[in-house]
Amino acid sequence: MEVKTIYLDNSATTKPLKEVMQAFMVVNEQYYANPASIHAMGVEANNLLMRAREQVADILQTEAKNVLFTSGGTESNNTAILGLAHSNTHKGKHIITTEIEHPSVLESVKQLEKEGFEVEYLPVDQNGVISLDDLRAKVRKDTILVSIMHVNNEMGAIQPIFEAAKIIHNMSRAAFHVDAVQSFGKLPLAFNHEDGPDCISISGHKIHGFKGSGVLAFRTHMKWQPYALGGGQEYGLRSGTVAVPQAVALSKAARIAVESRVDQEKKYRKWHDEICLQLREYGEAVHILSTPQGAAHILSFSIRDLKGEVIINAMQKRQVIVSTSSACSSKQTKTSHVVEALKLDEHFKKGVIRLSFGAYLSDEDIAKFKDVLNEVMMELKGEHIQ
Amino acid sequence: MIWKEILIRYGELSTKGRNKMDFIRRLRENIRHAFADLGHLHIRTERDRMFIAIQNEIQMNVLLEGLPKIFGIQSFSPVAACEKDIEAMKKLAITIMDTFKNEQLTFKVEVKRTDKTFPLESHAIQREIGGYVLPNYKNLSVKVKNPDIELRVEVRHDATYMMAQVIPGAGGMPVGSNGKSLLMLSGGIDSPVAGYLMMKRGVRLEAIHFFSPPYTSQNSLEKVKVLANELTKFGASIRLHVIPFTEIQVLIKEKVPSNVSMTTTRRMMLKVADKVREDIDALAIVTGESLGQVASQTLESLTAINAVTNTPILRPLISTDKLEIINIAEKIGTYETSIQPFEDCCTIFTPASPKTKPKLEKVEHYESFSDFDELIERAVKNREVYIFPKKEQETDKFADLL
Repeated sequence: MEVKTIYLDNSATTKPLKEVMQAFMVVNEQYYANPASIHAMGVEANNLLMRAREQVADILQTEAKNVLFTSGGTESNNTAILGLAHSNTHKGKHIITTEIEHPSVLESVKQLEKEGFEVEYLPVDQNGVISLDDLRAKVRKDTILVSIMHVNNEMGAIQPIFEAAKIIHNMSRAAFHVDAVQSFGKLPLAFNHEDGPDCISISGHKIHGFKGSGVLAFRTHMKWQPYALGGGQEYGLRSGTVAVPQAVALSKAARIAVESRVDQEKKYRKWHDEICLQLREYGEAVHILSTPQGAAHILSFSIRDLKGEVIINAMQKRQVIVSTSSACSSKQTKTSHVVEALKLDEHFKKGVIRLSFGAYLSDEDIAKFKDVLNEVMMELKGEHIQ
Repeated sequence: MIWKEILIRYGELSTKGRNKMDFIRRLRENIRHAFADLGHLHIRTERDRMFIAIQNEIQMNVLLEGLPKIFGIQSFSPVAACEKDIEAMKKLAITIMDTFKNEQLTFKVEVKRTDKTFPLESHAIQREIGGYVLPNYKNLSVKVKNPDIELRVEVRHDATYMMAQVIPGAGGMPVGSNGKSLLMLSGGIDSPVAGYLMMKRGVRLEAIHFFSPPYTSQNSLEKVKVLANELTKFGASIRLHVIPFTEIQVLIKEKVPSNVSMTTTRRMMLKVADKVREDIDALAIVTGESLGQVASQTLESLTAINAVTNTPILRPLISTDKLEIINIAEKIGTYETSIQPFEDCCTIFTPASPKTKPKLEKVEHYESFSDFDELIERAVKNREVYIFPKKEQETDKFADLL
């Protein structure tokens, strides 16, 4: 009998849902025409694309023209940060972000620093959360962009983005960008609040859609010098033939994610609590990075003086897939910048493990995981656990 | 939920007497039509105001969003209700005033006691409620003449009603109260705006569009359908008559000298439109023409074009600037659609140097060698008619995919 693999790396990527794959196939088979073509098939494809765009706009409570389809979270973040910075230099060159952003944000602002922008980084406390007083102290009249992630990908900390938005909007003319790649479909998020982000990034493959699909959405329509030049697609902001199947799949995945959000969160929260309970039984050997105030779908912990890779391998042997703090940085040997920002004790820096839940997991899977965790802990650290 | 009804104040009532009842009836029908999705609305009409009963919060939100688009409404107010009990009234007053707590405002309480059996008299109620509200809000000060907020309290027989907010409406007259016209809808920026302005004056519209496949594409037709659909947001359904115009345009191109071909094209369009107008019992034709914008919009040119009919041609944009038109188009949400660049019937055979001052006799002379009438009859007969707002099922083939 084949043993089922228990996949607990959903923050790295998710398995697409069957109905999303089905839609993707149909669009590729029937609506493959270029939506910019003026023949009937092109018009049809364009109508479908518009429906997908409207659906995403409805979910985010903005207008269709404020929804841009991209190739994923990285492109959305790059585009937002470079685009908003470059088009607002007349207001200033001051940018604020946090120490724990995704590399696609950090590398973008580093690029801007080289170009002469001034970038300030907000530190986080041991719970991974920024301080609003810090933010208040740093926002200036010439701040043009603030970028803060909603949910941290490595340990699930939730940033107070609505409170932050209030501060930013009251004190400056800055645009507020939120990297919502890990929060969209997991936490409520839309442009319907007066105090909220001006611009958010979403990725398709984190919500059981496809890799290579993403959205950059705005509260109001914005224009800037685009970096992808060509036929003027996506309101001139991102040229290149629009990937209609990806857009449709993303809008379907987004709808399902948002519709099932409350039920899923209940499940994830329960698993989060159960596993934390078990982790606490290992006493000093385990440090839990995630907090009960953080997102329910991410649970990070670290095992004293053990390398993350060792634990991953031990679990993998038992058909359980977990990851180190983030997939993006797991191949690098140095400690992740998020772990550094959390100022973790040296004994725990190397052993960070991240579990992330997704729609395909069941209660039985989590029970099995807990058994495996126990086995692995006994095998690797047995002598230290009382 | 505290909300009980929405009070609607009518727009300008230039027509009095029996027409006024017609105006009110029309407005009520338009509201029913615009909110057909909400199921049957309970609407009570009086001489100077109308009341829509509210069943739930969702309904309330849909109405608040949609009412500002409906012509014939001067302003409206959400009305809350509570028991006829002074304590309950105080509580409700606080709930309503809470929505204004962030601004510095002047304020007064205005009481009307329709139910004379209520133990407190108007002045006493006013004192009670005012005296209860004021100490709760530092931002409020009393002003008897022209206050920012007038908390209106009405003790009626069934309950106590309160309101404080006056939301501006779209003004104008209810669509349909001023007869029906045929709008020449090209797909550009101007014609939807012209249609909108006529609707504001209470005119019910049908639209006509000239379609010249294969010279103009399905896209340009789709665009016009979207525009027609957009215009239905202002309170009425619209029929779109799509005229197969290729034959006529090709004949003009072949038989009429190119510098007057545009004048002839417009004349033929107007002839066709006039036949359709007659067919649908409309009284006038509406165009988006504005003086001096393009060669066909000089007074000489308009005269030559207009000569084909005695029907009133309404040109609400005749004196406006392009920028003013764009502003309205953006406001009513048609601009983004209009600027999509597809060939339409007016652009495909545009001559290099059209005459800006065509002579009517000359134009008639050139046209006299061809028999356009038969083609016009055929075009009118073979028109396709679409009804907006679009029925849901048409877009539903995508539903499974999304």
